[in-house]
Formats: sequence, C-alpha cells, structure tokens
Amino acid sequence: MTQHARDIDAVPAGEAMRALTLDVGGEVFAIEATSVREILDMVPVTEVPNAPAFVAGLINVRGRVVPLADLRVKFGMEHRPPDDDTRIVVFEITLEEEPTVVGMLADRVHTVCDIALSTMEPAPKVGMRWRPEFVRGIAKHDGNFIIVPEMNRVFSTEGAGTANSENETRAG
Amino acid sequence: MTQIDPAETFRLEAQDVLEQLEQTLLDLGDDLDDMALVDGAFRALHTIKGSGAMFGFTEVADFVHEFETAFDRLRKGDAAPSGELVRVALGAKDHIARLIAEPNAHARAGVPILDRLRAIVGTGIQAEAPPRPVDAATPGNGPAAGDASHGWRIRFRLPEDALSLGASPALLLDELRELGDCTVLASAEDLPSLEKLDPEICHLSWDVTLLSDCSRDAVEDVFLFVEDGMQLDIAPLPAAGPRSDAAAPAGPSDPAAPPAGKTDRAGAPPRENSSLRVAAERLDELLDRVGELVIAQARLSQIAAESSNPSLMTVTEEIERLSAGLRDTTMGIRMVPIGTLFGRFRRLVHDLSAELGKDVDFVTSGEQTELDKTVIESLADPLVHVIRNAIDHGLESPEARAKAGKPRQGSVRLSAAHEGAEVAITVSDDGAGLDTDRIRRKAEASGLIASDATLSDSELHRLIFHPGFSTAQEVSAISGRGVGMDVVSRTMDALRGRIDVDSQRGRGATVTLRLPLTLAIIDGMMVRVGRNRYSIPLSAVEECVELPPDIAEGSRGRNFLRIRDKLVPFLRLRELFGTQEPEDLHQKVVIVSTGEQRVGLVVDQILGNTQTVIKSLSRLHADVETFAGATIMGDGTVALILDVANLVRSGQRFETRLRDEQTKGQAA
Repeated sequence: MTQHARDIDAVPAGEAMRALTLDVGGEVFAIEATSVREILDMVPVTEVPNAPAFVAGLINVRGRVVPLADLRVKFGMEHRPPDDDTRIVVFEITLEEEPTVVGMLADRVHTVCDIALSTMEPAPKVGMRWRPEFVRGIAKHDGNFIIVPEMNRVFSTEGAGTANSENETRAG
Repeated sequence: MTQIDPAETFRLEAQDVLEQLEQTLLDLGDDLDDMALVDGAFRALHTIKGSGAMFGFTEVADFVHEFETAFDRLRKGDAAPSGELVRVALGAKDHIARLIAEPNAHARAGVPILDRLRAIVGTGIQAEAPPRPVDAATPGNGPAAGDASHGWRIRFRLPEDALSLGASPALLLDELRELGDCTVLASAEDLPSLEKLDPEICHLSWDVTLLSDCSRDAVEDVFLFVEDGMQLDIAPLPAAGPRSDAAAPAGPSDPAAPPAGKTDRAGAPPRENSSLRVAAERLDELLDRVGELVIAQARLSQIAAESSNPSLMTVTEEIERLSAGLRDTTMGIRMVPIGTLFGRFRRLVHDLSAELGKDVDFVTSGEQTELDKTVIESLADPLVHVIRNAIDHGLESPEARAKAGKPRQGSVRLSAAHEGAEVAITVSDDGAGLDTDRIRRKAEASGLIASDATLSDSELHRLIFHPGFSTAQEVSAISGRGVGMDVVSRTMDALRGRIDVDSQRGRGATVTLRLPLTLAIIDGMMVRVGRNRYSIPLSAVEECVELPPDIAEGSRGRNFLRIRDKLVPFLRLRELFGTQEPEDLHQKVVIVSTGEQRVGLVVDQILGNTQTVIKSLSRLHADVETFAGATIMGDGTVALILDVANLVRSGQRFETRLRDEQTKGQAA
C-alpha cells in the first residue's frame, strides 16, 4: 500500500492508470485506484475548530482518527451539504515523507477504470480556474474530461495551512 | 519460533554486562578499597571475553583479555585501584562497546588504551590468567551464598540446537578449567542408534567435578550465554574429600541417578530477575489492540445500557472488568524502573566533574519508580541538559564554595517519586542558584521582556526555558550554547509534562520535571460546547463551578473569576472555537491547572468522565495548537482532547495584560 501511495504521481508514461473516478463540485476527478483503501458512506464528522477549511473535520475509520478533506475548498467550488450519494473516499498519501491516511468527500463515486496516459494532457497554463500546481493533467475518458489532481501537492501542509486562504475566499 | 541471530543475542547480553561493568567501575571509583567490586569487574570482563570468543568476536576477546589481565593483578593485590585506573577502565569499556557495535573498524584505537592500562597496573603482556589463587579470597569475595565448599559438581546438557547456534562445549569446558582443576566425564547414554543420529544435534551431556573455591556465580557465568533451554545442575562438593566418589555425597544432588537428577534451569536457584526481551513495537501493537478493545467495550456498555436486557448487562459488566484489568496489565508491561536511566548519568557526572575540575557528590534516589518505557527514553536528553546545567552553571568552583562557607564538594541530587497520577523527577544542586538579575538583564537585552515589565522571581526563572536564552557568559563545550533548556521545555510539552524551577540565591536550585504516568490512555472529562464534545485530561482538572450570571452577562473584556479570593482568568471556549450555536443558560467553568498556573474554561455542559485512548492528530492538523489529540468515543464519533498546557498559556497572557494595566493604573 505504502509503495503504491508513493507512486501515485509517478506512473510511467505510455501506460494506463487504474483510477477511481468521482464527482466533486460538478467536475469528474480521477485518483489512483491503488492508493484507495475504502469507500465509506457518510459518517458523523467532528469539526476541528480553527483548522484549515480544507481539512476541517475528523472521522473514525475502523478505530483510527482520520482527517477529512474537502477538495472543493482547494478547487474554489461551492460548498454543498451531503446527500444520499455523498461518499468518503479513504486513501493514502505521502505527507512530509510519511504515509498518511486521509478521507476525502465525493459527491458521487463512479467507477474504477483504466485511463490511457497518452490521452492525458498537461494542465493549460492559462484559462483554468484552478491553481495549475494542483492539477497533474486533464485526461479524456468516454468523451468526458477528467481532472487528475496532484494529490500529494493538494494535501501538502503548506497548502493546508494559511496559504489556501486565497482559495477559501474564492470558494465563499 | 523466530530464528534469532546468535551474534545479536551476544550483543544484547554484552550490552547488559557492559552497563553492569560501568556501574561497578563507578562504584569502585567511589570506594577504591572494595575488593568485591574489583572481583565484580573481573567477572564481567571474563564473561565478555568468553562469550565474545564463542560468538566470533575475536577483536573483543583479544582486547578484553588484556583488560582482564589488568584486573586480575588488582585482584591479586599486585596493583592497587586508583581514580586514574577507573578513568582508563571506563574508556576501555566504551571501546569494547564500539568493538561490539562495529566490528573490524576500531581495533587499532584499543592499543593506546591498553598501553595506559598496563602502565597503571604494571603488567607486561601476560599469558592466560592463572586459576584463582586461594589468597585472593578476601572476605568481600563472591557475593553468592554457599561458597563454603571446596568445589562444585556441575552437570549440564546443552539444548539440542546449541551446536547449530554456535555454542561450543569445548570452550565451555575450557572456561571451567580456568576456574580450577576439573575432572570431566562425558555421558553418551542419550545417544540414539546410528540410523536416528542427527550430527547437528548435541546428544552428549557432561559431568564435571571442579576443584576450586570460586563462587557459584563464577560457575554460572560460564554458561551465561547458552543457558536458555539447557539443563544445568550445580551442586557444592562435600567439604570432606578432595575428589568425591560418585556414591559418596548424599543430599539433594544424588548423583546415583543422573538422568533423573536433571534439573531444568528454571528449577535452579532463582535468578534475581527472570525476564523476557520483547521488541518494543510488539508492546505498542498490543497496547493499540487493547485501546481498540476499550473503545469497543465502551460501545457495548452503551448498547447494553439502552437494551435493559439483564443478562446482556451482566456479561457487559464482566467484559468491562476484564478489559480494564487487561489494560492495566498491558500498561504495567511497559513500565520500567527509572533506575535504568539514572545509571547513565553517573557516568556523565563523573566525566563532567573531571572536565570542569569540580568535585561533585552525585546522589540518586527513587530508582524503583516506574514509568512508561517510551517516556523514560525521551527523558534522557532533557535530564542530560538539566544535570549539565546544574554542574556547569549551578555549582561553583571548589575555591568559590570554600569562600562562601560551603563544603568544597558540591552536591547534585537526582530523585524520582510518584505524586498521584504523576511522576516527579527532581534535580537539585547546592550551588549558587539562579541569578535573577542576570536573567533579567539578558532577557531585556534580547528583547524577551520589556525593561519596565513586572515579573516575579518564578516568572524570571521560567525565562531560562525560552528558546535561544542562555546566561553563560562564555560559551563552553558543555553548556551555555543557548540551546538546551528550551529543548527540555519542548520535550516536556510533547510528553504532556511540565517543569517547575525553584531557586534560592546562594543556596542552590531545584528543577522538577512532572510527567503523566503514561502517554497512551488517560482519564478525561467530557464537556460539550455547542454541539461538539471535547475531552479534558482529568489530571489537570481542579474543580468545576457555575459561571456566575453577572459575569456571564458582563463585559467580555474582563474575563476573570474570583475563586476563594484568587483571581482566575477564564477563556470562553465557544469564542475560541467560533461556535455558532446559542449558548446554554447555565454555563459551567472547568478550572484546569498546570503547576501553579490556573485557568477556567467556560463550557455549555459537563458530560462526565471517560477513559480516553489518545490518538495523535495528523500533520494536516499540526498547526492547530489547542488540541493535544483526539479520541474515539463510545458511539464511534471522534472527540478532540484539549491541550491544557497551551490553554493555560493563553490564559496567562490575559492575566499578565491585566496586571500590567492595573500597575499602570496605580502609577497614574
């Protein structure tokens, strides 16, 4: 698991990436399937006062206390209350060289599919609503555009701290 | 069964023996006439030499052989122990540790050490140490009882896998021969028939009659590294005949039936400590599991209480009792006497007092006080700093002490004791005490405090724990680099402990480190703020009071409560946490404290006490300082644990501000 998690951003070119696709804020995102541990229905979330808005909550995953992230904050999308389709995707990332289990809210989880990396294009430098360093690329699958986020960078503590205030205002 | 590398076994055992050797040498340094200590050191060296050779650490064996020869001369009275000898011997002990840790890297460094040793005791390169001469038997010789006999009858059988693990019966027998005159009989009666014979299994057993006045310990030491699983029977030879006939002795060790007379090692005279080495990670894993069990059990209790099913409730209570017992036992396993740590500091003090030319009487007490092993490990560095400071800054030079009418020898006391749910570790010296004027000047110069700030002595004392603070006028290699005391402070924060400093000018200073007994599970008080629940470590809670309505409605700026004629600052947690929900009608204040500082926390409701398994927060929440961790409650949701030390500090800032305003008001 750890190994896979470390490789999340390092899939050799010319291959396909096995990815889990999910909806967040009306866009389709793909995350490396091998880093995913489990997908949970919505559970009670404990809010952490004064925590960055991106990781404002904690959940219990099988006796572990796991931070719950909301990608919408980083991608400047509007907040939306959870509904029946809301899921929590639990996966592993590398934070300051330490494997860390995190949860992430998804409006809906689609499927596991293979994304041909040849179809993936780097994020355009202009004309994009999101900070380019958070996006590894835009892939095409079944005629749809899929955002492949740079998870380790999205979660990097610098971004989770004060530096994301810019995004929060945009989200508001 | 896990296969254990025999060399690793040797390393672990040798480490123990070396620690013991260090203590013996330091004791010897304190009392140069105690021949029992010389004997103890000699035995330790002998053990390392023998087993080192057996496990292929030839460098170690060669070096220790010379070392041992020097101590043999001391034993025989050919040379007298001296302070210089103890110093060199300690260096030699360090060298052995290096040789064992990194073979083939340090052999050459040993030559000068041995040269100095030889110079001190006046040995040439000598051959094998001769068997113990009788005249060396001083009254202090041999701590074990039952030394009165003229020899020992030793019967032993190695474990079946001993040969494949590298043990050699020939070496063991050689060691026995070094102790005295031996008659060795090998018994082949357990030898199987040829077709069943496994050449790697040791089928022989031995019966040795040893004529020597050595102690039982000396004989047991020969078998120190192979004792697991072996059968060993050591019986004193009857005093009468020099060579006893097999039928002659009567009593417990009847040799007429050797196979029946086998005693398992467990049946042998009890060792002081029968213990088991377990990897620390396994204990952590066990504790994690127990933690999960406690959580699951709490959920079960909740469900049982709701169900009002009597038989379910009975079982639940039973499980509650069992898991509480299991938890206590598991915590107990991790508890280690702090004496293991104290031992290391004797060496530190010894080296420092030589380096600084200060004569130090170092006294430790409370070594049996038990603490969580991980806590003990993390205490090592902070205590080194505190002790260094006491000797380097605290104690004056012998001349200055004499001038001040104190004994030339300074004293540093290190003690540990349980105080309720805490352990207090105290380092006190009888030196000059903290110089508050100098601390003040220094703090003002570096901008830590305003030049007109009113600070009490104890507040000034606390400044030494501020990062980058050091009053040493000259930077020395030992302390005074401006790092150190703030490391102590940081470590204590991480361990949820605290530091108290007490100092009297000219009389000495006392630094007390207070720590919780364990880091993994605490008793907590659950409180509610808005719709969120939080846990406050119960050890920090002093009392709970109702927030008086006039204060609750009053101005938000004056956050003070008068409790028994003392002003206690309080924090409204809902303001701190930005709680949106309307507040309850009757708000409560939980008074928490660390040491002398107190602060009140205003909450909506007090829910009761729970056992809390502490889970640390991830790096994503490292910036959120108000929480020490999180825990999972009976209903499966997560609750945050408040960081009391941090909250008290914020409360303290309020208080300082208010007092400054008051002083200014009076001045105006």
